[in-house]
Amino acid sequence: MVDISVTRTARRPIRWTVLLDHAVLIAGSLFMLLPLLIVLQTTTMPDTDIIQHGPQLKIGDQFDENLQKAMVQASGFSGENTGLRMMLNSFILGLGFAFGKIVLGMMAAYALVYFRLRFATIAFWLIFTTLLLPLEVRILPSYKVVQNLGMLNTYHGLIVPLIASATATFFFRQFFRSVPEELVEAARIDGAGPVKFFVDILVPLSQTMIAAMFIIMFVYGWNQYLWPTMITTEESMYTLVRGIKQITQVLEGAAVPEFGRSNLLAIIAVVPPVAIVIFFQSWFVKGLTESDK
Amino acid sequence: MAEVKLNSVRKIYPNGAEAVTPSSFHIQDGEFVVLVGPSGCGKSTLLRMIAGLEEITEGELMIGDRVVNHTDPADRDIAMVFQNYALYPHMTVKKNIAYGLKNRKTPGDEIERKVAEAAQMLNLGDYLDRKPSQLSGGQRQRVAMGRAIVRDPALFLFDEPLSNLDAKLRNQMRIEIKALQRRLGVTSIYVTHDQVEAMTMADRIIVLNGGRIEQIGSPSEIYHNPTSTFVASFMGAPPMNLLDARIADGTVQLDGGAHVAAAPNGKTGPVTLGIRPEDVKLDAAGALHFDIDLIEELGAHRLLHGKVAGQPFTTHLLKDVTVEPGRHGVRIDPSKLCLFDTTGSRL
Repeated sequence: MVDISVTRTARRPIRWTVLLDHAVLIAGSLFMLLPLLIVLQTTTMPDTDIIQHGPQLKIGDQFDENLQKAMVQASGFSGENTGLRMMLNSFILGLGFAFGKIVLGMMAAYALVYFRLRFATIAFWLIFTTLLLPLEVRILPSYKVVQNLGMLNTYHGLIVPLIASATATFFFRQFFRSVPEELVEAARIDGAGPVKFFVDILVPLSQTMIAAMFIIMFVYGWNQYLWPTMITTEESMYTLVRGIKQITQVLEGAAVPEFGRSNLLAIIAVVPPVAIVIFFQSWFVKGLTESDK
Repeated sequence: MAEVKLNSVRKIYPNGAEAVTPSSFHIQDGEFVVLVGPSGCGKSTLLRMIAGLEEITEGELMIGDRVVNHTDPADRDIAMVFQNYALYPHMTVKKNIAYGLKNRKTPGDEIERKVAEAAQMLNLGDYLDRKPSQLSGGQRQRVAMGRAIVRDPALFLFDEPLSNLDAKLRNQMRIEIKALQRRLGVTSIYVTHDQVEAMTMADRIIVLNGGRIEQIGSPSEIYHNPTSTFVASFMGAPPMNLLDARIADGTVQLDGGAHVAAAPNGKTGPVTLGIRPEDVKLDAAGALHFDIDLIEELGAHRLLHGKVAGQPFTTHLLKDVTVEPGRHGVRIDPSKLCLFDTTGSRL
């Protein structure tokens, strides 16, 4: 046997480009994270301290108390808009939103891609142009319709009017078009009808795409502010994003604003979307880049 | 098991293009028929019409004793193997094979039994729980075959099933498919652009060109008695030599005056002379001069490429004969000659 020993005498030279890359990345993440850290710091301080000194570099002892207040204390008249309640509402909105948009988008795309509809192309472009009409543009008619249907202050009133999604339809359409045609034909010969093909073949194939859409749509639904503000007037229906605003409104009164509580709620409102993105990250990238067929 | 009858079946696409001109043929029960032709000749369209994936514009299609023009593919009692296998990527091999049975509400234990049977027949037993992406091309092709077999269809349809495989595997699968078809005795229609596949696998070959049937016949008929210059040049590798010639004074003459053979009665004027490369013998006393430019070594034999009477020409030489490039005399076996008129049809 020949004894081979490799001694590393030369140290690897410092690669300046790598350092620079990291510096840029670190600066970027600090830029994004610092405001959150400052907000987090204020949640540990008594409200009076914050109003006197603003954000500081020390960590106080009020976190537990603020957390208590944030999660279970209500600020309105009815006592129903606790943090937990608002969080539940946000989850219902986010999930309902994502689920509704995915189901509707997939079915619309399925019709557009796999059925010989006479005006499929026109229909697709009509759907697509609704991207140019965001909620803000059509908010009054939308509100009127929901009101006439008696859906104010209901979950379906919050969710249903917004689940028609050009984005989801578009993405699923592109995805379905990339599914080999032989698969449809093989399924037809195998005796799978339209519904069977959709459920047995297309939905499982779209898994990654569904995950990607779920992230986008959940975060979008969770972060909705304008629509819930319009549709919900009962405190038990408030979502987090809308409810925080309610708490900070006290700023205009004479009382000491509850900085700690509202800031903690703001942090809590950020956590689920971030968690979902982190959890589904690999799926997300797969869904948008790779075609797993 | 079933016969297939096509009665003036025609396909015109919505844009007006006629992909298949009215075509009629009759496939016997248990026969293996190969549709062969260059790409765009309509062979796949014809197959897809038989499968029900493409609508029939005109004519009548019968599988067994039913007219199935408007029958759904699932109800035609057929099974199809696709070029890219078309396996369901998210299902295991077992589920892929069983899917068609499941959709037909076959009882679970019968599915188990049939899948096991097919897997054993195709040597897929060890792979039943794998996904298609974990299989090699040949194995995927076998799964596609398995999916067809378990259904016990009256008719197998193959759409260029081997063209995604490498050459060696293709030869092997060719034999496997043929043997399987023999064993099961199921009527089969096989589409390919590869004339070797057509020759080796078919009971009968249908040669298509430009949406038209050029010739229907057994491999040996097609090879030895092509009815047109198209068939003559499409079938066989290397193809039949085709030389411009003319008939004068009762003989077939090449440009330059060499007499080749006695002419059939009553014909004069320009013709195309066809001769298979292996029907040409090197012979110093031969009437024709063959200028050999290139010798292609194929192991078991050699191909000699060059010119006869200024026209490209190829012959076939067994491995134990050696020859140098240059001018050589050749002799043509007159009984093996094929003569075509100027439109390319056999005289």
